[in-house]
Amino acid sequence: MEILNLAWLIPLFPALAFVAIALFTYRSRALSHWVTISGIGLAFLAAQVVFWRAVTLPVKGGEHAFESAIAPWVIAGVERLGIGVYVDPASTIMLFMVPLVCMMIFIYSVGYMNFGTPEVDPRYSRFFCYLSLFAMGMLGMVVFNNLLAFFIFWEIMGTCSYLLIGFWYDKSYPDPDKITPKEAGLKAFIVTKIGDLFFMLGLALLYAQVGSLAYHDIFAPETLDQLAHTQFLGSTAATWIALLLFGGTVGKSAQFPLHVWLPDAMEGPTPVSALIHAATMVSAGVFLVVRTFPIFQVANASVLAVGGIPFVAFIGAFTAIFSSIMAIAQDDIKGVLAFSTISQLGYMVAALGIGAYVAGAFHLITHAFFKALLFLGSGSVIHGVEHGHHIIHEHAHGEHAAHGGADKHGRHEEQEGHSHEDVEGWFNPNDMKNMGGLAKRMPRTFWTFLIGGLALSGFPLFTAGFWSKDEILAQAFELSPAVFWTLGIAAGITAFYTMRQICLTFLGKPRTEAAEHAPESVSWMTVPLIILAIFAVSLGWAGIPEHFPVIGGIVPNWFHHFVGATIETAESGHAARVAGHFAETAHGFVWQPLVLSVVFALGGLGLGWLVYGRRPLVAGEMDPVEGAMRNVGLGWLYEAMANRFYFDELYQAVIVRPSIWLADMFDAFDYGKSGGHGVVDGAVMALGSIGKLMSEVSGWVDDKVVDGLVDLAGSAGVLLSNGFNGFDIKVIDGAVNGVGKAVKGGGKAVRPIQTGKLQDYLLLASFAVLALILTFFVILYLQI
Amino acid sequence: MVPLEWYLVLAAALFCVGTYGVLARRNAIAVLMSVELMLNAVNINLVAFWRHLEPGGATGQAFALFVYVVAAAEAAVGLALVIAIWRSQRTVVLEDINLLKG
Repeated sequence: MEILNLAWLIPLFPALAFVAIALFTYRSRALSHWVTISGIGLAFLAAQVVFWRAVTLPVKGGEHAFESAIAPWVIAGVERLGIGVYVDPASTIMLFMVPLVCMMIFIYSVGYMNFGTPEVDPRYSRFFCYLSLFAMGMLGMVVFNNLLAFFIFWEIMGTCSYLLIGFWYDKSYPDPDKITPKEAGLKAFIVTKIGDLFFMLGLALLYAQVGSLAYHDIFAPETLDQLAHTQFLGSTAATWIALLLFGGTVGKSAQFPLHVWLPDAMEGPTPVSALIHAATMVSAGVFLVVRTFPIFQVANASVLAVGGIPFVAFIGAFTAIFSSIMAIAQDDIKGVLAFSTISQLGYMVAALGIGAYVAGAFHLITHAFFKALLFLGSGSVIHGVEHGHHIIHEHAHGEHAAHGGADKHGRHEEQEGHSHEDVEGWFNPNDMKNMGGLAKRMPRTFWTFLIGGLALSGFPLFTAGFWSKDEILAQAFELSPAVFWTLGIAAGITAFYTMRQICLTFLGKPRTEAAEHAPESVSWMTVPLIILAIFAVSLGWAGIPEHFPVIGGIVPNWFHHFVGATIETAESGHAARVAGHFAETAHGFVWQPLVLSVVFALGGLGLGWLVYGRRPLVAGEMDPVEGAMRNVGLGWLYEAMANRFYFDELYQAVIVRPSIWLADMFDAFDYGKSGGHGVVDGAVMALGSIGKLMSEVSGWVDDKVVDGLVDLAGSAGVLLSNGFNGFDIKVIDGAVNGVGKAVKGGGKAVRPIQTGKLQDYLLLASFAVLALILTFFVILYLQI
Repeated sequence: MVPLEWYLVLAAALFCVGTYGVLARRNAIAVLMSVELMLNAVNINLVAFWRHLEPGGATGQAFALFVYVVAAAEAAVGLALVIAIWRSQRTVVLEDINLLKG
């Protein structure tokens, strides 16, 4: 049998792990993490089997997708939605990436959550339980064969994201303006839900048009042709469907204007940030576009195009540059990475928007590895600094703790999770200004972080990030110069802030005592870092363009052949234009974008080194960029960048406040302000008064008229019943009692017979028989 | 040949003795023995009628044999009950065995 039929097993293993932990093993921390790791491990093995099988599958008749139905699934009325697996190049590469990254992060989490130390997280098992559920959601989204299943798993991931961002839901900060994990979780959930609503509307429209959500039906050339030519609300159905589905992407992949949730999602534990908010879940939005790319191809791109740039590409490119600018001014080590994630997702979206399908998908995969690496590295740094702080803290409060303060302190630790709040003020272990000089203290973390950072910057030739980014830029150069320049500048800024981050964190002298005492993380954490670092470099070799000077062609451009096949064979009508154009450009080598991309990357890195590396920041000093901007009167701009261009405040003012105000108004309308009555409440109360009056009137009528009649009838009844009573007592009772007495007397008379002795009964029976015989003879005699 | 009436009178007498025993004796074993007497009275009747009225067939003898078998089984069960009662109640006097009486 075809082994790909078993692809549905892949999400099953993490699902089983989730159930097992939730129901059985949650009491044991070690068992819980082993169940989670073995669940994802089995999924990884199964995914590898599927991956290698799919890669070696011969391309038959232009069809590069493998599909298999498992069972009829939703049966509503006459509609039947089957469920099955669908393995095509896009899902195959995801199956390579997702379980591997998940597994690394799960292993890392064991160390990050302080397993085996007294500081172990009190909700340790629950954490792994959620992680398993998340892995199930991501893998399920990849393997199944219709958009409804895609949507369901997508929502499961959304829920996990909410649960895990708010994992330390009881954590609070002394600064009331700083968002707490609980609020961040809610924010992420609600903001992505806005995108999901569009996604769902898109699905509904698609279903109404096609009558099916299975990829097989949707991507059939006839269906696409029909969608492209059906008029719908002033444009074609395909355009509307693509736009609505893209709404889902905007929410999930944090594209402008729904990007606001992702930076705050960093309130979750760092492995979660790495897994969900950098490597996998946020790329689900991009994957949605990859998955439904044929629909995007046939959509009428000129609708909503901004300045000749397709809408999708515009959003992507704008997000890419916009968020990379904000990343420059972030002091939170995870904040920088969060904005860089948004920016890189913007890259992918922009690539897909201009039709560079393969480049977008390639960047999706490479980005997952190096961004997971960077996040885990930053987690390791935070963990180290936190422990450094803890060491000093213990030292300084030694005597205090000895005098009964230990109990309070211990409880406090448990409640606050990883936040350290003490009498002197709050220490922020995420702040890069509190770090510095960590390269010597944490060598493994430093080297792996450096590799990840270079990959993110697109350091030429050496890193995976270079190859994927270069491919996007090369495509953009051909297809849309405006997008090319935007992305190119964004790449330069990316390199700059990455260098800033590396310098601030690892170079120079430690700026706080905590950084001075930070220990290297345990092997649970550093080994996944090393493995991810290997992939962050080597993965690029799968996608080196064949026409690249010198080294092109040594390794075949496997990625392009494998993934690109989907598009080249799926040409139809309108799609042929984009795909054909795309195919032409992919095979000729153009040198300008390469040179420019190298210039951007190296320029950004070099500038970063000049500003931050040459003369490291010392404690208490102002950020050089901030200082320079203040000197030329642009301090306000830096403030705006650091405050995320006030988008949170804007949404707060434009959407959240009015919503609350509206709700208050409705509340006032209903119930009124304190003391008074609102309109609705007043109306209800007036109605109540009228009702009360009416009931009083009818009460009077009741009392006087109705009651009188009833009383009369009652008296008559009493009289009559008195008569009957006499009859009852004399006649009927007499009869009844008589019967009773007779029975009683009879019983008394025959009672002596029943002695309870068997022999007496037998004697009686014998006499009875004798009497019968006697009677018989008497009758016989009389008759004769 | 002894006339049929003599057998019948003997059987009736035996039956009456047995009945008297069942009705009057207080010892449970004696009651069981009396039951055997009654069964044997019936057997005498069966064999006598067979001999005088149907000497060709074997019905009467066969019935008599059935009665023996049933009597043996009944004696076995009855004695077992008597032993069980003796063990628990230490008596075989019928008047004293009144556990079911309210």
